[in-house]
Amino acid sequence: MPSTSAFSGARVRAIVAEHAGLEGPLLPILHAVQVEWGYLPREALPVIADALNLGRAEVHGVASFYHDFRERPPGRHVLRLCRAEACQAVGGRDLAERAQERLGIGWGETTADGAVTLDAVFCLGLCACGPAAMVDGRLVGRLDAEGLDAILAETV
Amino acid sequence: MRVWLSQDAAARALGAERVAAALRREARARGVTLDLVRTGSRGMVWLEPLVEIAGPAGRLAFGPMTEADVPALFGPPGAHPKAQGETEAIAWMARQTRLTFARSGIADPLDLGAYEAAGGLRGLRRALAMAPAEVVGTVTRSGLRGRGGAGFPTGIKWAGAAAAPGAPKHVVCNADEGDSGNFADRMLIEGDPFCLIEGMAIAGHAVGASRGHVYLRSEYPDAIAILARALAVARAEGLLGPRALGPGAPFDIELRVGAGAYICGEETSLLNSIEGLRPVVRAKPPLPVHEGLFGRPTVVNNVITLASVPVILADGAESWRDLGIGRSRGTIPLQIAGNVRRGGLFEAAFGLTLAEIVDDLAGGTLSGRPVKAVQVGGPLGAYFPRALFDTPFGYEEYAGRDGLIGHAGVTVFDDRADMCAQARFAMEFCAIESCGKCTPCRIGSVRGVETIDRIARGDAAARDLLADLCETMRLGSLCALGGFTPYPVQSALAHFPEDFDRRRETRP
Repeated sequence: MPSTSAFSGARVRAIVAEHAGLEGPLLPILHAVQVEWGYLPREALPVIADALNLGRAEVHGVASFYHDFRERPPGRHVLRLCRAEACQAVGGRDLAERAQERLGIGWGETTADGAVTLDAVFCLGLCACGPAAMVDGRLVGRLDAEGLDAILAETV
Repeated sequence: MRVWLSQDAAARALGAERVAAALRREARARGVTLDLVRTGSRGMVWLEPLVEIAGPAGRLAFGPMTEADVPALFGPPGAHPKAQGETEAIAWMARQTRLTFARSGIADPLDLGAYEAAGGLRGLRRALAMAPAEVVGTVTRSGLRGRGGAGFPTGIKWAGAAAAPGAPKHVVCNADEGDSGNFADRMLIEGDPFCLIEGMAIAGHAVGASRGHVYLRSEYPDAIAILARALAVARAEGLLGPRALGPGAPFDIELRVGAGAYICGEETSLLNSIEGLRPVVRAKPPLPVHEGLFGRPTVVNNVITLASVPVILADGAESWRDLGIGRSRGTIPLQIAGNVRRGGLFEAAFGLTLAEIVDDLAGGTLSGRPVKAVQVGGPLGAYFPRALFDTPFGYEEYAGRDGLIGHAGVTVFDDRADMCAQARFAMEFCAIESCGKCTPCRIGSVRGVETIDRIARGDAAARDLLADLCETMRLGSLCALGGFTPYPVQSALAHFPEDFDRRRETRP
C-alpha cells in the first residue's frame, strides 16, 4: 500500500534528482510521486515544474492526461474491473453493474468509508480468461458474481 | 522431482500461485525434493494453470490445475484426472507453426543459458556477421510486416531509418498493447523476454541505432517485472551495453511504463509520452524514421514484429516468406479470446479461415450457445457475422471485407450479444480515449454515442446521420483511433441491423 506520509517538497525534489539521468524524465517522475503518496498531491506539480524548468501548465497537461494518475488518495483497496470487449463477451457488463450497485459508487469513485475505489480498466491482457479484474495488484480471471461478492466481502 | 508451472499473468489470475504453494506443501509432506521451474505460458489458457512433469518421451501436461489436483501428481501420471497427455501432442500444440513463440512456456524466461540452448541468439550472431544493409535486405525479403496492425513492411521502415541522417538513432518497441482480445505482446514478454531484446539488438545493428526503449503498458505489471529483470541479465551478460553490437557499437534498452492511456499505442503519441510531453498524436510527416524520438531517426516497431526478427535472421528470409498467403507472409500469433471453449494463443501461417479459428480451434463458445459475432483486431476491428467466416486470415483479405486484422486478436461473442450496445461502446471508448487533438475523433465519438442512443430509441432518421458521422471520422481523423472506430460501429449496423431496431434502452 502507498505510504500515508505528509507531502514534502524536498521529497519531490529528491525524486526528480533520482531521474536526472533520463531523457524525458517527466512520466517516470510522476509514477514515482504516485508510488510515494498513492496519488499526485496538487502541491507536487509546481515543484516538479520548477525542478525540470517546465511550465506548470505543461506538467498539469501531462499529469491530467493519463487515467493512472490520481488527484486524491484512493481507498484502502482498489478494485479494477475490465470494461473491454473480450470481458464483455463473458458477462463483464453484468459484473460491472453488480460491483457498482453493491458499492454504491460509479467508475473512479471511492466508497464513503474510504474502503474501496472502483476503477475501470481497458484490458489487462487476460482476454482468454475473462471477466478479468485486479484487486490491490492481484490479478483475477474468470470472475463471476460469487467471486466478486467474495472480493467485496474481503475489502470491507 | 522436476515440475514446470506457468507463471504467466493468465495462469496466476487462474490460481497458479495456489497450485505452486500446494506443490511445495505436498512435496514436503512426502519427503520429495521438488525442483519447481516457473515458465511462461504455452498459450493454452483454457488449461491454465498448466503443470508439466517429465515423461518417457516428452513432457506430460496437466490442467487446468487446482490445489486439489496436486496430490495425484505424485501418483501414476496416466491416472491423473487432469492428465492431457504429452504437451507437444495436444492438438492445439501439434497443429501450430511456432516460430516467434517457439520458446514461450518451456523454460525459466530469465535463464539466458536455456534461451541460448533453445536456439536463442543465433539470429543476432548471424546479423552481426552481416553488413547492416544485408540485415535490412533479409528482413525486407522475408515479407515481414508490422504486427501492431498497420502492416507496414518492416524492412522498408528499417531502410528509411538507416538512410536518415542524424545521431543517435533509436529503436522503440511499442508494447502498449491496449487492444482488448490481444495478449501476444504480454505473453511474449512474460514467456521469452530475451527474444524481444535480441530482436531490438538486431534492429539496432540494422539501422545504426544505439538506444532502445520499450514502452510497456502499466496494466501489465508481471510483464514489467520480468522485462526489467531480463534487461538486467542482458546487461550483466554483455548482450546490452557499450559493446553489445561489437567493439565501439553500444546498444542499450530503457524500459518505460505507460500510465493507462490507450492512445499511447499510436506511435507518435507514444513518442510524445516518452519525451514527457502531453501524449497527443503528432501530424505526419515528418515520419518517425526521419524525426522520431527527440527529433531523431527512430524505428517504432511492435513487440511481435521485433520478436519475429531473430528467427528470420537465424533461418533465413525464405523460411519466413514461404509461409502465408498473398502479401501476408510468415506466421501470425492468433489470440483467441472472449466467449470460447478453448482460448489462448495459436501461432500459425497466415491463411486460416475464421471458421477454422472459431469453430475448430476455439471449439465454439464457452457458453455452448451459437456464435453471433467475432471482432477481429481489437476495439477498432469490425464485427464479422458467420456469413464472413470464410475470410482467410491476412491483411488484405480482411481489408477487402471492411475489416482489419489489427493485432490478430479474435474475440468471440455468443447470440446474447447486443450489437447496438457493442457499437455504442465503440464510440464511448473512442470518446474516453481520444487524445482530443482532432475534431472528428474528439467530438465525433461523443455525437456517435448520442446518435446510436437516438437509433435505439427508434429514431430512424438517425441512421443516415450515423453513417455520415462515421464517414467524417474515417476520413477526417488524424490517427487510427478516430479513423477506425467506424469499423465496429458500421459493421455492427450492417450485419446486425435487427439489434438496432428494437426500441429499448441501451446499457451504458
